[in-house]
Amino acid sequence: MTKSELIESLARKQLQLGSKDIELAVKSMLEHMAHALSLGQRIEIRGFGSFSLHYRPARVGRNPKSGEPVSLPAKHVPHFKPGKQLRERVNGRQGQKKRQTVEPARPTRA
Amino acid sequence: MAHETGGRGSRMALTKAWIAVRLHEELGLNKREAKDLVEGFFEEMRRALEMGEQVKLSGFGNFDLRSKSRRPGRNPKTGEPIPITARRVVTFRPGQKLKARVESYAGSIEH
Repeated sequence: MTKSELIESLARKQLQLGSKDIELAVKSMLEHMAHALSLGQRIEIRGFGSFSLHYRPARVGRNPKSGEPVSLPAKHVPHFKPGKQLRERVNGRQGQKKRQTVEPARPTRA
Repeated sequence: MAHETGGRGSRMALTKAWIAVRLHEELGLNKREAKDLVEGFFEEMRRALEMGEQVKLSGFGNFDLRSKSRRPGRNPKTGEPIPITARRVVTFRPGQKLKARVESYAGSIEH
């Protein structure tokens, strides 16, 4: 599903709003989310998941072509942790899509 | 574009309620519409992923599905070995644009 497909699908369901409004709203939501992360702010969406930044220390990498070492500065990367409802639905526990074997109560994510 | 202000402080996490307030203020949607739209947006993504479909949001990133096979695990409290069943999980791959915007962040992170 792409962004435009998501917008179309929402427009079919939200009959009170036009697709132009929905398109603007979707773009605005994503912009707020990207902006928050660029400020180091967490995003917490109950039932979907949370986004935060992870720190990557500086390291020496290599130019893949020449094999020469390149020093890469420390940086932050976006990280997403799926929420409970998303995890369960994707894994087919509530959905009807997939059979499932018994699952341990709270498996470690080692 | 300043949800970090407005009395909430930059350390508050961005939530659905807060996004809805912004949609209400910026786009003039009424509060009900804004709230429904935010909920609908995330529900559409959950539904696609639940159906086994990848979600691609250009400029932001992709939500992909991965199948993990059964593997040994442990109860973190008791140390007792328990197999972790095969499962399907969601992973997020940030897009180039989002990575570039976030990379330069130099402050401390709230955890």
